[in-house]
Amino acid sequence: MVSLRNAGLSFGERVLWEGLDLDIHPGEFFAVLGPNGSGKTSFLKVLLGLQPLGSGTATINGGPLQRGNRGIGYIPQQRPFAPDTPLRARDLVGLGVDGHRWGVRLGGRGHRDTVDALLAEVGSSSYADAPVGRLSGGEQQRLRVAQALATEPRVLLCDEPLLSLDLHHQQAVSGLINRQCHEKNSAVVFVTHEINPIIDYVDRVLYLAGGRFRVGAPEEVMTSEVLSDLYGSPVEVLHHEGRIIVVGLPGTAAHHHHPAGEV
Amino acid sequence: MDFQSFMEAAFNFDNYSELLPLVRNSIWAGAVLGLLGGLIGTFVMMRDLAFAVHGIAELSFAGAAFALLIGANVVLGSLVGSVLAALVLGVMGIRARDRNSIIGVVMPFGLGLGILFLALYEGRAANKFGLLTGQIVSVDNVQLNLLAGCAVVVMAALALIWRPLTFASADPDLAEARGVPVRALSILFMVLLGVSVALSIQVVGALLVLALLITPAAAALKVTSTPLFVVLLSIAFACVSVVGGILLALGGRIPISPYVTTISFAIYLGCRILGNRRSSARPARVRTAA
Repeated sequence: MVSLRNAGLSFGERVLWEGLDLDIHPGEFFAVLGPNGSGKTSFLKVLLGLQPLGSGTATINGGPLQRGNRGIGYIPQQRPFAPDTPLRARDLVGLGVDGHRWGVRLGGRGHRDTVDALLAEVGSSSYADAPVGRLSGGEQQRLRVAQALATEPRVLLCDEPLLSLDLHHQQAVSGLINRQCHEKNSAVVFVTHEINPIIDYVDRVLYLAGGRFRVGAPEEVMTSEVLSDLYGSPVEVLHHEGRIIVVGLPGTAAHHHHPAGEV
Repeated sequence: MDFQSFMEAAFNFDNYSELLPLVRNSIWAGAVLGLLGGLIGTFVMMRDLAFAVHGIAELSFAGAAFALLIGANVVLGSLVGSVLAALVLGVMGIRARDRNSIIGVVMPFGLGLGILFLALYEGRAANKFGLLTGQIVSVDNVQLNLLAGCAVVVMAALALIWRPLTFASADPDLAEARGVPVRALSILFMVLLGVSVALSIQVVGALLVLALLITPAAAALKVTSTPLFVVLLSIAFACVSVVGGILLALGGRIPISPYVTTISFAIYLGCRILGNRRSSARPARVRTAA
């Protein structure tokens, strides 16, 4: 599905990551973790075809990385819509279906059915005709999932999709993404700074820090030894009731794994 | 001026049936501009470009004043000025913050240039004033055709890019990932906006273009979020304002723009009140985002 060979990315002198060999398979829930500025979002931008690789090669679904690949679904960070946005929930989802096409959409029973089905799939039918600007962050983010699923993607790329959502919506949105992954067999690449909301779903982790990385199952990577090595300073990883708590991250890192996310 | 004479100056319907045929072309021009303004206004609101419209209008005014000074076609001068301004804003001002400061810098310069050209111009004073505040000039057939032709081109282009432009305006991140040429669309839209501003200036004047390109769409957004209704209402509001303004201004001695702006403002007020009722009847959901 997603394949990187000796891939590297750097901005000027600063190496974000290099020598990355990776295969992400269908039906795999793949989390990308790391502190701010470690190149998590850039990793996603590379896969989206918005950012060229510095070195090495990468393919998705066997083809080169390029913008507008229909085989890829993308869920961006939650960014609230202006209250006056002249779109209803169904219009937003509709843009995910055919917003890239030229011209004006003319009627279309088929289009309406597609949108209704997508809205039902993410549990948003009850506010299908509500203005998007008046929906809560969590409701808007469900619509993002519906947009991303519109093309029946084989690969789903998520950029901190749970950020600024409350616990209830975090569970709902991550559950929807997990369903697409493990029931519909899509590969999911999930960028996050907080692993706990998705800990039950994650198959493998890519942890980026300090220009280096580690790939493996969560229990292999999320250990005191591995993270201390990556950060180059002592870091302690605690396990508590199935949750992972990282203590002693360097710099301002304390807020990366803030208590609110560890409920 | 007492109230009586003000009313006579503002509302005079003597010989109305004789005057009406004389402004037939102006009314058509007003309807075309209303249609155009209503269409483009919805995107202006979505893309948060109200201030840019104002900036483009001042540059357009400078272009028109220069054309007047050298004896060239005023519409053409105004087109050149506003398309240039729109291109500069489109290329340099991607982020709203940059854009606003660039507009703030460019706008007074344009206005100053315009005033300079008008000061040097020795023709009829009415020509000068009209550029800023609008006029019912006797629009002749050539002008009407030019206006309608430009409007048709702009509307056709807008129809062609309608869906991706909506996508790029509402949701630029996702649109870009989906392969929509966000930046090219943004520049193209600025050019279309520039042309629309230049055309609108011919009737409502540079200072009051906002009444045609912003107010109707802003009013429509207060009462509905359904895309089709927003567009239809916005067109209807703009047409009522311009055509209504021309009809009311016909007999009086006052320029057309106060009529247009007053009607469009009244519509906006009405929609706001209606919109507030709507949202209090169906309270906005409690935002749960922390």
